[in-house]
Amino acid sequence: MSIRLIDISKNFGQFAALHNINLDIPAGELVALLGPSGCGKTTLLRIIAGLETPDQGRVLLKDEDITGQHASRRGIGFVFQHYALFRHMTVFDNIAFGLRVKPRRERPAETEITKKAHALLELVQLDWLADRFPDQLSGGQRQRIALARALAVAPEVLLLDEPFGALDASVRKDLRLWLRNLHQELNVTSIFVTHDQEEAMEVASQVVVLNQGRIEQQGSPDAIYDNPVNAFVSKFIGQTNILHVEQNDAAWLKSAGLVFENPQGIYAHVRPHDIDIEKMSATSASPLILKDWQHLGSSIRIELVNPQLEGSGGSLYAEMSNRRFKQLNLNRGDRVAAHIRQAHWFD
Amino acid sequence: MTQSSIMPGFRPALAFTLGYLTLIVLIPLSSLLFTSLQLDWNEYLDIMIDRRVLAAFRISFLTSLAASVIAGLFGFVIAWVMVRYPFAGKRVLDALIDLPFALPTAVAGVVLATIYQPGGIVGKWLIDNFGLQVAYTPLGIVVALIFIGIPFVVRTIEPVLQEFDTTMEEAAACLGASRLQVFAKIILPNLFPAVLTGVSLAFARGIGEYGSVIFIAGNLPYVSEIAPLLIVIKLEQYQYAGATSIAFSMLIVSFLLLLGLNLLQRRLRKRSGQI
Repeated sequence: MSIRLIDISKNFGQFAALHNINLDIPAGELVALLGPSGCGKTTLLRIIAGLETPDQGRVLLKDEDITGQHASRRGIGFVFQHYALFRHMTVFDNIAFGLRVKPRRERPAETEITKKAHALLELVQLDWLADRFPDQLSGGQRQRIALARALAVAPEVLLLDEPFGALDASVRKDLRLWLRNLHQELNVTSIFVTHDQEEAMEVASQVVVLNQGRIEQQGSPDAIYDNPVNAFVSKFIGQTNILHVEQNDAAWLKSAGLVFENPQGIYAHVRPHDIDIEKMSATSASPLILKDWQHLGSSIRIELVNPQLEGSGGSLYAEMSNRRFKQLNLNRGDRVAAHIRQAHWFD
Repeated sequence: MTQSSIMPGFRPALAFTLGYLTLIVLIPLSSLLFTSLQLDWNEYLDIMIDRRVLAAFRISFLTSLAASVIAGLFGFVIAWVMVRYPFAGKRVLDALIDLPFALPTAVAGVVLATIYQPGGIVGKWLIDNFGLQVAYTPLGIVVALIFIGIPFVVRTIEPVLQEFDTTMEEAAACLGASRLQVFAKIILPNLFPAVLTGVSLAFARGIGEYGSVIFIAGNLPYVSEIAPLLIVIKLEQYQYAGATSIAFSMLIVSFLLLLGLNLLQRRLRKRSGQI
């Protein structure tokens, strides 16, 4: 079911959490609200769920205005960051809760509820935990139970607040893929909040970048990565080298292949994998020295410095595959030349 | 074989605990037992099945029970208001709640007796409008014990309510639960063990309460005479064996009741996964 936010604003005392947010989310999408902490992404999610009321603006669910509706009537599933499982109920009772609180005439028979709860437990692959209490589960298990509980009432929209925030790295990786697959299976319109750009890019079909209560950019992960509209988005989505053209020695940047004919700003943002490296002889004119490198798994991050420039302006990060790195046969202290394939320009 | 524990200091801590319990609790209580043991079984039974003694026991336990349940309800509401709503004068109200702890109980008794007596402000209004006499009846005892018991309930519920994870309520609302369902199915089950603790504390205190009760109770034998007063009366008549017999019986009944409440609370917590 599609969601439309019109001109949403929200203040907490003097603090303006959201400024005039306008957002359209088509049905069936898996959308990430991405931004640094305190940018208002969780507040926006809570406004959609009805847990917070906006000072101004409207929330439309499939063109129906639900701004004044109580959370219990919206039919929106919500998965909380710290799960919020009912600790006095077993896993099974947690999942059955949404069905049991339905008004008598809509409530399914108890046998029907049992069947449905077990089906959901199977969906999240935790049927064997039905009689446990939430305190006896691991973080990843709790997260999946919270999701099953939200899905029990067949919500038209599913909201997830930092769904993987409190989990350790390996569990998080598994659950991301699992959530993406689950979404493809159920096709319920979903929005999740995250501050992790990698997570947003990996899981979502649409990414909305928020900063200080405003939407900076909305688009597919590809569009946001390849064409960031401003310096904030460029910096926030992935690693980037920020080169101040007027401050740096423009000559070495030019020799590094940075195109100056049509600069659209004074800062050039260059992704590390857009920098190619060539080994030079010790007497070459290139000012760059290979200082160090780090293994990132499938790729290598290389730190280059220009000893003639002091401070952060004189260092550059490049990334390349392991294979390429071995071919180049580079060592610490080698003199190298850098070729910049592509840059984004900002003021 | 001794098993070493991760937590150091078990032996000194246990020794201190047992030493303290022996000095402060066990020795006085066992002297109570020895004094009453000067009587044989028949003499003890004669004292205990005296109609006046039985009536005093019934009044003491029933009024304490009623008062602790009512204090449980009132205390719950007060704790709820104190934790959940911001309002002006909250600090003052917070200090007022503890007042029954600090006030000499006799003062409370005199004040309560003055306003609830048939000519008093509240007492007159109750008689005129409802024909209800509070002072000098068991009802008066209940009123005094509620006054004494409420802070126990408020102070045991408050911290639990403060710790309560409000996202559970939000989660329930998102699943379609009404406010009433949220209260009945989420809030109450989580708070009930704390409520029960508060009620048992108020109950235990109520059984032993003397100062605030005797002024408002009127102390009519068979009607509004409490067991602690009977002990004092026997002491004043130099019937030490009689006084200690009553005291010892009170001790046993109170201990059994509190033990039962504790076990019930444990079962509740276990059933709801809290331990």
